[in-house]
Amino acid sequence: MSALQLSHDELVNVYRTMRTIRRFEERVMQEMATGDIPGNTHLYAGQEASAVGVCLQLRDDDYISSTHRGHGHSIAKGVDIDSMMAELFGRASGTCGGKGGSQHIADLRKGMLGANGIVAAGAPITCGAALSAKLLGTGQVAVAFAGDGAMNEGVMSESFNLAKIWMLPIIFVIEDNGFGEATANAFVSAGSFTRRAESYDIPTIEVDGTDVFSVYAAAGEAVERARAGGGPTMLHVHVPRYYGHYSGDPDTYRTPEEKAAMRRERDCLSNFRQRVKEVSLVETAELDAVDEQVEAAIGRAVSAARAAPFPPTSALTTDVYVKYL
Amino acid sequence: MAQKSFRQALNEALHFEMGRDPRVIMMGEDLTGGAGANGVKDAWGGPFGVTRGLLDAFGPERIRDTPISEAAFIGAAAGAALTGLRPIAEIMFVDFAGVCLDQIMNQAAKFRYMFGGRAKTPLVIRATYGAGSRSGSQHTQALYPIFTHIPGLKVVIPSTPYDAKGLLLQAIRDDDPVIFLEHKMLYDTVGDVPDGAYTIPFGEARVARDGKDVLIIAIGRMVQVAEEAARKLASEGISAAIIDPRTTSPLDEDTLLDFTETIGRVVIVDEANPRCSVATDISALLADKCFDALKAPIKLVTAPHAPVPYAPNLEDAYIPSADAVVKAATSIVKR
Repeated sequence: MSALQLSHDELVNVYRTMRTIRRFEERVMQEMATGDIPGNTHLYAGQEASAVGVCLQLRDDDYISSTHRGHGHSIAKGVDIDSMMAELFGRASGTCGGKGGSQHIADLRKGMLGANGIVAAGAPITCGAALSAKLLGTGQVAVAFAGDGAMNEGVMSESFNLAKIWMLPIIFVIEDNGFGEATANAFVSAGSFTRRAESYDIPTIEVDGTDVFSVYAAAGEAVERARAGGGPTMLHVHVPRYYGHYSGDPDTYRTPEEKAAMRRERDCLSNFRQRVKEVSLVETAELDAVDEQVEAAIGRAVSAARAAPFPPTSALTTDVYVKYL
Repeated sequence: MAQKSFRQALNEALHFEMGRDPRVIMMGEDLTGGAGANGVKDAWGGPFGVTRGLLDAFGPERIRDTPISEAAFIGAAAGAALTGLRPIAEIMFVDFAGVCLDQIMNQAAKFRYMFGGRAKTPLVIRATYGAGSRSGSQHTQALYPIFTHIPGLKVVIPSTPYDAKGLLLQAIRDDDPVIFLEHKMLYDTVGDVPDGAYTIPFGEARVARDGKDVLIIAIGRMVQVAEEAARKLASEGISAAIIDPRTTSPLDEDTLLDFTETIGRVVIVDEANPRCSVATDISALLADKCFDALKAPIKLVTAPHAPVPYAPNLEDAYIPSADAVVKAATSIVKR
């Protein structure tokens, strides 16, 4: 039903953004192996429908905060992939001038308040952004993305409480991929996440995160409530995580069969293709063309990043303060 | 000039700046003190009476009593600062920074750098610190070395009512995150404070007393201890200069180095624990930059490397005393 609410062009764009995230992640994994992208990174592949379904409901000036797994949220919010790729390569042309890296990509012009290396830390910061929106009367809403691991951090509960007592225009999107780092959720989480939020009188919606239309519909309800002054909502989104916790994770805690089944049965991109085919809204050939365009765009981003200069050594001590003395 | 207490000076600064700039908001525990109980809205004006009258003047949207959840509201203040407000968040006792240190050191302090200079975080975190109130180990620490260590934060430690007002106004107008530390035992001290608004720039030490035989560098409440010591030293014919850095980040290195070059004998008085502290930091700076001017070893008078005790005799012994400063100064002057 929700698919029909989107125009043909919107559908193509939803697909394009999901495919861009997927190819971005696959290419990052590949470039990590060459050693050209330093350090390590946490890949979002498999969870695309969550970021895209939520961000499709947002205005350009609405706020989001992200997690250590932040590439998908950034792309879905409209952050430029060329500068993101350059940031991952540590180049001066990166989103953060090469000073942030994968876990700190931020673009305030796009309302993207940062990926975050500290689990659950984005939740209170996003409460602050929602408070700004409320006090300044801008009509903006704020979305705090977090994983199932974050739900066991105390600051998450503190943020639920603050969001509710202050009736903040905020949506907590809990992307539950079943693992906090390498530990299965079943071992470490008591009770139900939705009941935790409900105990603060925060309305919750449980969603299949491989279906972009379900996420879009749920986010729509939450955003509408937030903009109307109805306070926070929590979305519990069930998503697969295609890769391990981080790029060097041997991911031996899941069997190859399990992972193959996950990619076969819980793929938001095939799911999308299936749905639009059923209602004859977008031709398969058109989606194939999008795949090619995305492939070329990612290729250009990687080439440009590789060719870009590193930041000058003098940048080491700039941007610490607006003005120190 | 009008005589006002440290507490009153801070209150005037808050009133003035909130009136001048609608983006300034405050949040913290019990800021209004007992709000909502029996219709009483401003029962105490905050745990130390610093925020009295602000609720009536600016309303509950801008003066926000928070739940007891420092990680959430300090984080929210950081997020609000990142998105257009100028929050002042109060941590009742700086010891409680332990439960929200992530938001201070990993978030607010890092936004600007991690985001490649494309963010500013005009946040002031006010907190009380310091021993002397018989409050035990978890309500009395002098934790400014921890904050001074972290790039991205500015750290302000006023010692007089005049400085308290001028430095707080400066802190609120500053576009970087500022930790503003108020010693509990200074709130009732009185001094000259102008009625109008004025600011004191960060990174400019105050020469509290001029002298020629020994230089005493003192932090926060220790300036009082240094002044008492200087009076005693004067009666023994020793002339002591006192410098109050006022901000430990930025630190006015020039003034400290100039006075050290001229006087050549230095005592540093610091209430914080001695390891990796402001005292050791300044000592290292002076030894590094003007070793040849030193006529004697730099002496440090600090608290011991121990938590603050409860028993009155122990707590009194914990806090650096004027006598200890006199002894240290005498030992290097008469060397």
